[in-house]
This record gives sequence, C-alpha cells and structure tokens, in this order.
Amino acid sequence: MLGDKKDLLGLKDLPADDIRYILGQAETMKHILMQNNKKTPHLRGKSVVTLFYENSTRTRLSFELAGKYLSADTANITASGSSVAKGENLLDTARTIDRMGANVIVMRHSSSGAPHLVAQNVKASVINAGDGMNEHPTQALLDMFTIQEKKGQIEGLKVAIVGDVLHSRVARSNIYGLTKLGARVSVGGPATLMPRGMEAMGVDVCSSVQEAILDADVVMGLRIQLERQKAGLFPTLREYSRFFGIDERRLEYAKPDALILHPGPVNRGVEFTTGVTDHERSFIDEQVTNGVAVRMALLYIFTGGVKNPRQGKED
Amino acid sequence: MKILIKNGRVLDPSQNIDDVMDVFVKDGMIHEIGQDLGLDDLEDLEIIDASGKVVCPGFIDMHVHLREPGFEYKETIATGTRAAAKGGFTTVACMPNTNPVIDSESVVSFIFQKAKEEGLVNVYPIGAITKGLKGEEMAEIGELKFAGVVAVSDDGRPVQDAGMMKKAMMYASMFDTLVISHCEELSLIEGGSMNEGAVATELGLKGIPAPAEECMVARDCLLAGYTGAPLHIAHVSTKGSVEIVRQAKKNGVNVTCETCPHYFTLTEESVKGYNTNAKMNPPLRTEEDRQAVIEGLRDGTIDVIVTDHAPHHVDEKNVEFDKAANGIVGLETSFALGMTYLVKAGHLTLPQLIAKMTVRPAEILGLNKGRLQPDRPADIVVIDPLAEYEIDVNTFESKSKNSPFDGFPVAGKVLYTIVNGKLVLREGIL
Repeated sequence: MLGDKKDLLGLKDLPADDIRYILGQAETMKHILMQNNKKTPHLRGKSVVTLFYENSTRTRLSFELAGKYLSADTANITASGSSVAKGENLLDTARTIDRMGANVIVMRHSSSGAPHLVAQNVKASVINAGDGMNEHPTQALLDMFTIQEKKGQIEGLKVAIVGDVLHSRVARSNIYGLTKLGARVSVGGPATLMPRGMEAMGVDVCSSVQEAILDADVVMGLRIQLERQKAGLFPTLREYSRFFGIDERRLEYAKPDALILHPGPVNRGVEFTTGVTDHERSFIDEQVTNGVAVRMALLYIFTGGVKNPRQGKED
Repeated sequence: MKILIKNGRVLDPSQNIDDVMDVFVKDGMIHEIGQDLGLDDLEDLEIIDASGKVVCPGFIDMHVHLREPGFEYKETIATGTRAAAKGGFTTVACMPNTNPVIDSESVVSFIFQKAKEEGLVNVYPIGAITKGLKGEEMAEIGELKFAGVVAVSDDGRPVQDAGMMKKAMMYASMFDTLVISHCEELSLIEGGSMNEGAVATELGLKGIPAPAEECMVARDCLLAGYTGAPLHIAHVSTKGSVEIVRQAKKNGVNVTCETCPHYFTLTEESVKGYNTNAKMNPPLRTEEDRQAVIEGLRDGTIDVIVTDHAPHHVDEKNVEFDKAANGIVGLETSFALGMTYLVKAGHLTLPQLIAKMTVRPAEILGLNKGRLQPDRPADIVVIDPLAEYEIDVNTFESKSKNSPFDGFPVAGKVLYTIVNGKLVLREGIL
C-alpha cells in the first residue's frame, strides 16, 4: 500500500489502487484550494525542498504553492544558483539537502533515473518532478485527475497522445497510469518521434494523427521542443503543424465531447492552433489548478499523512 | 624453480591433447609432458597435485584496459595484472586509450618497463591507429610495431572516416600489423546510453541501435576484402554483426572477431533499475542477439573470447545512468562465465572454450603462445571446472569493482597460474 512507500518515482510501479487513492485525496485538496483562505495546517513543521536541474515554471511553482498552502516550509534550489554549478555531484548535493532535515525532496533532472539514484541514498521522500525521458508522474496524475473530474471516470475511455512521444516523460507516465485505470491509449506523431518497441507498453501506435485521435474521448498534445527540428527529426515547424498539428478541422476526428489537454507550455500554431488551445472543451488552464491540488495531496501523503521514515529515529 | 603438475587432465586444443598426464616445468620453460614423470632431483621442486583438475595453456586476453599511464586511480599495470593472474590469464594485450595514448615508441617502452617491474603476467601493448585516437592522422604504425605492439586499434574511439581506415589497414598490413576495429557509427548513437528497443523506451533512455555497430562491421569487412589486409572485429554484440562476419569469412575475407562474456550471458534487461554496472559499449543487447553470439561462438564465426576489462572508479559509476562511464571489469570472472554459460549450458566443449581463450588469440596476434609444448615458456593454468561458488566483487584484485556479476552463482575456478615458469597464483591465492 502507498503508506509503505518512501518515494514517488513513477507510475510504472504504482498499483492502480494507489493511483485511485491519490486522486481521491486530490479531490479533497481541490476543495481547500477553492476556498478564499487556502492555508491549512496539515504540513506544519514539515519541510519541502525543490531541487531542479532543469528549467521549470509551472511544476516548481505548483509544488511550492502546494507546500505553502499546507503550511510546510519550502525552499528551492536550482542547478545554476547552487554548488551544482561548482561541479558538486548529484549524490553529494542530495545528501546535503537530506542532512538539513528535508522531509520531501521534489526533484527534476535531465537524466532518466536520477531520482531513483537519489532516493536510494537519502532518508527524505523523493518525489519525481520529471526525469529525462522517463517519467513525470505528478503531471500524469493531474491529467488523470482532470479527465476523471470532467468525464466521471477513466475506465473505458480512449485517450490519444499526440506529438513528440519519443522524448516525452509526460507520455510515458500517462501511458502507465491511464492503462492501469482501464483507458485505451493511442499515440500518434512523426515516425522519427516514436520510440522503438512502444507497443510493449500496451498502447496503439498509429501511423497518423487522424488515426490516433479517431473517436478519442481525450486528445492530449505534447510540446515540441524547438531543438528537435535542428536535430533533423522533422524538416520544419511549418510542415510539422501541417501533418501532425491539431486544428479544429482535424479535431473533428475525435468524439464531439472530447477533452483537449496539454501539459504546457503550448507552442501555439505548432502542436495546437489557437482555436484548439482556447477551445471551449480545452481544459489546459484547469489542468494547472488541478496540478496544485494533486501536489498538495502528494505532499500530504508523503510527509506522513500516512507514514514517513523521517518520523522514525534520526542517526 | 621447478614445478611438477601431477595427474591433471592436460588439455591443449591446439594439439588435440586431452589426457591425464604430468607437466614438468624447469627454468621457466615447459621441460616435459608425459605420464608418470619420475624425477631424480627433488631440490627446489614444487609439486602440484592436479588430480581431477584441468591443466591447460595460460589464458590470453587480447582486449583489456590497464589504464596506465594516465588513469591510475582506476587500475595500474600492477593491479590489472594481479587481476589477470587471478583469472588465469598469463598474457594480456592492453588497449591504447591511456593518457598519453599509446601512439609513440616511448609510451610502448614505458608499458613494457612497468610490466617488467610490477606486472605479474605478460603484457603486450596495442598501439593506436591514429594519433591521439583522433581519427585524423595515422599514428607511426611502423615504429610502434618495431617497439613491440601486437596490433593497432582506436578502441573506444572508432575511426569514422572510411578512407582513413582503408589507408591504415593497407599501411599496417605492410608491417604485418593487425588492425582491431571497434565498430560504431557515431552518427547513429546521438547520445544513446543503452541498446535501442523496448527496454530503453520503458526506461526513457536514449538508444544505441544495432546498426550503429553493424554498419561499421560491414564497412570494415568490405575494406579488408578489398585491401587483403587482416582485420579483427572487437567485441561483437549483435546478431547482424555475427552474420556479416560469417558471410565475410565465407567470402574469403581475412577477418576474425571476438566477443565478451557479458554478451553471451546478459541482455538489456540487466539495465533495469538504472544499473550502471550493466552499462558498456557496445551495450547489452536482446535475447535474440545473445543467442546469435552463442551460435557464432559455436560455429567458429567468433574466434576469441576477450574480457574488454574496463575498470572504472566507483565515483564514475555511482552517478546518473547517462553520465556513467562505459564498461565493466572482466578478468576475474571470464573463465567461470564461459564455463557456466557455454560449457555447462552445452554450447561449447571445454576444449573449444579453452581454444578461444588461448591458441586462437595467440594465432591472431602472432604470439608464440597458447600451447603446451616442451621448450616453450611455461604459461600454464590449473583449473577446477566443477568448483561452484558465487562471484564476490569484494574479492577482486582489480582496483575497480564495476561488475554486473556480483552474487552470480558460477562454476569453474582458477587454482594455479604459472607465468614463465613462475607460480604466481597458488590455490586461488596470489
């Protein structure tokens, strides 16, 4: 059960019941978040450190505010403004933070598996806020929360994930989480941005975006990093948007009540047109709100809302 | 010093010897091999009772990294040759990616000198193909050969320019110097850190596709066929590479190749959990590739088993997977892995395994070694092929412990290692 876990490293190894439990807790947190006065004492005396080796606006701020709303002490470290810039290695940095008494280390890193390495070497709970191309579990949880909120359930839905699946940790976490809760996931995008052996993850790999989103209940776009074009993975952004971007016409392949989601930030006119981004069925802004609720739930659970190793003896 | 090895199963695949006999070593040389050797002079004589054990030529590893000069914190000639002796190797050939690179006579002399002073086994340097392993200008291959290198290779830094490789092969063959090719088309790697496929996709790691290796295996086989120069392909890891070499041999190309124990024992599955001790180059491949490597060993396409012994400091492995150093140590586990996964598994006979670790590498490098014959330097090992135990990296003599085989149950233990008539390993202890 979730109470025995120290860390949240990904959804790959998280049982469906644990995912449902987190989504349930997030519902409670969303009520708190919707109050005029959001401050609650749940995490008083607990500390949350965000350790980000990559740039981030929404994920980091979302965790920070989630901690603050629950009365935790929060502190932020970025690679550029710390000893990391002096060449300190990852484990030394992590152990230093750990020894200052952090209850939770929220970590983002460009290397897949980096939070796993840290988790094995610190007492604090580690929450993965994105590692390389591996996982971004809190993003997937907020996506699933949003789908459940709008659709009432996840089981039986068809979710299309479109774009740069190869480099996307958001896609991987969503695939693990959504398939565990009984959704069917299809992926679409240029062949050069589809990882090899993806079928083994239990998804439908489609040869066109139209096929991927056909009759979908949810259409999830992924951000295209501009450097992918320079790496020769597709010729131009213009051609990308023509064949793989989603406009209102292409959106008609999906079900008429399909949700439109995107982890943000959106490249308007590339993966989604502005018409799709700001569509009445687009919940991209609400995803951001839900992100805070999900992270409040996670911080609560992992700081001892259930059980936390830091509550035990110190050495 | 004199040594009498009594009643062992003497195995020398080069002469089809497989019989219970005695081997008598005197003045550094093999003096006599025969049944019930009687001795008059018992002074300064050490007798090894080899009943139930196998006595064979000392193993030869034609692909190791001893890290000296330049990376002594990983390994030295002293510690690397201790690991070799422990693993039953009496001769090793060390790759040139040291600092400075083995691309000049003076570095070759340094290695010979160090090996003479501190080494426990025979050490032969492999020189660089290109200056500084940069792939731009040819190294002084003639002078390197005269200084004593047994081959040239830009191991770890593949020669990307096909024209450069062609010229180097033609030039080296003029000096009877073998070119060993580390095959890797770098434009297909693009930051990959494990085999490309379902496991890399699952772990979110950038992949190294099998064709990155196979492209260059094919290129170099074509160049060897065209120039007539001898070629040796290093650490073959994919099914495609085995097939290309098999076909090239059929076509009469003067090509040989090697693989390492990890390619016939492990697959990409070992990387799960971001295990940096399962990170090497070429990467661990699929089960289909592993089976093809075994088949290549069985049908003779793959001539030699090497270790690619690649020591790294713990600080270079206890990091993010994509930043971790490539390679594993192998000298102290090679024989047991071959014994367990090839011989006990029924793929090779014991003499076939021993041939790939003795006479075949000797022939390819042009060394007068790898056989048990009177009046030859006494490089001999005594092994217990049946002894079962668990691999424990803490017992390694190597300075580095980066092995994915810690805790593996294996069979096959090296008991005695004799180098030039000197007993350097006694009952498994240096």
